Amino acid sequence: MNIDSSQGQMAAFLRDNADKVLARWSELAAAASAARSAEAVRAELSDILTLIIASMSDADESAPGELRAALAELSRSRARAGSTPRETALSVFSAKDAVYELTGGTAEYLAFSRMIDDLGLYTFETYAAAREQIISDQTESMLELSTPVVRLWDGIIAVPLVGTLDSARTQVVMEKMLEALVTLGAEHAVIDITGVPTVDTEVAQHLLKTVMAARLLGAECTISGIRPQIAHTIVSLGIEFGDIATKATLRDALAHALQRSGLKVGPA
Amino acid sequence: MERVPILKIGPTLFVSIQIDLQDDSVLQLQEDLAEELVATGAHGVIIDITAVEIVDSFIGRMLAMIGSISRLFDAETVLVGMRPAVAITLTELGLSLDGVRTALNAEKGLRLLEGRT
Repeated sequence: MNIDSSQGQMAAFLRDNADKVLARWSELAAAASAARSAEAVRAELSDILTLIIASMSDADESAPGELRAALAELSRSRARAGSTPRETALSVFSAKDAVYELTGGTAEYLAFSRMIDDLGLYTFETYAAAREQIISDQTESMLELSTPVVRLWDGIIAVPLVGTLDSARTQVVMEKMLEALVTLGAEHAVIDITGVPTVDTEVAQHLLKTVMAARLLGAECTISGIRPQIAHTIVSLGIEFGDIATKATLRDALAHALQRSGLKVGPA
Repeated sequence: MERVPILKIGPTLFVSIQIDLQDDSVLQLQEDLAEELVATGAHGVIIDITAVEIVDSFIGRMLAMIGSISRLFDAETVLVGMRPAVAITLTELGLSLDGVRTALNAEKGLRLLEGRT
């Protein structure tokens, strides 16, 4: 007996006993995921069972695709509702128990079991993919959030950096800062590194590159917010900032930038 | 080969690059500029690269060299209107264009030169 014909027979069997299978399956699945009511589970599974039968009987070309889509939706909605992927997969796997009770371990059952295993694993895969998506979205928005460019004065902008500087972030910081320099026509930029926990040779290299790029545009950069420990590290590592102006605080950097623009702030 | 025109405005030579720079047009510009500097005795050169979107290491080096050549004629070179992407490329290539000054736009470039001429 080949798989195809046993699948066909199984499909016929399931179609005839759809109500019984669904009832038992829902019962087992509801037991597997404690948080959901039996009715809700039954509603979810009834669609899936219909699609399983359709895709096993080969009557409908689009059925396997629809089945995967329905499972992906189930996996996603369960993940949002806080179910673990184990619960979701178990509730799919429990279809095997339901059918086994009705048919016993025949060859048809084997084919069915193989298919259900595949479907259960698919919900797992969807869950993992959904998670990956969330993580990459968050990484991206973190990059966006962590690099604001603020306007301090006419022609003076500041880039307060918070967190570790790696090459990817430096790239974003550099692009945003240069873009702001051009659009605002600013000639001074202050890079504030108060929020950067450590400065090693790599971070320093990234900072230097940013300053160089700004110079090429015709703007001047000041680095501010160098804390005592960081000053110590910079000197011990032998990092040279060359002729780049460095200041202890953002206040000093702003005063420096104002002075370079020929402005002066005094009491009103 | 496309030629880049050189305009004389007062004591300053103004070069606006509106084409995609090819190696030979940059070399030609170098020669033309040197001749023009001798002929006019200008003390400042403004090179506007607002329209330039792509540079490579050769063009970067040639721009720096234009700066060095102009210096021999006692003229200062100001590179204006560089796009952020171009600046990033040049820094990644390790070119800091030491011989030339830079300004955000032509107006600011002219003001830089005003002090000199």
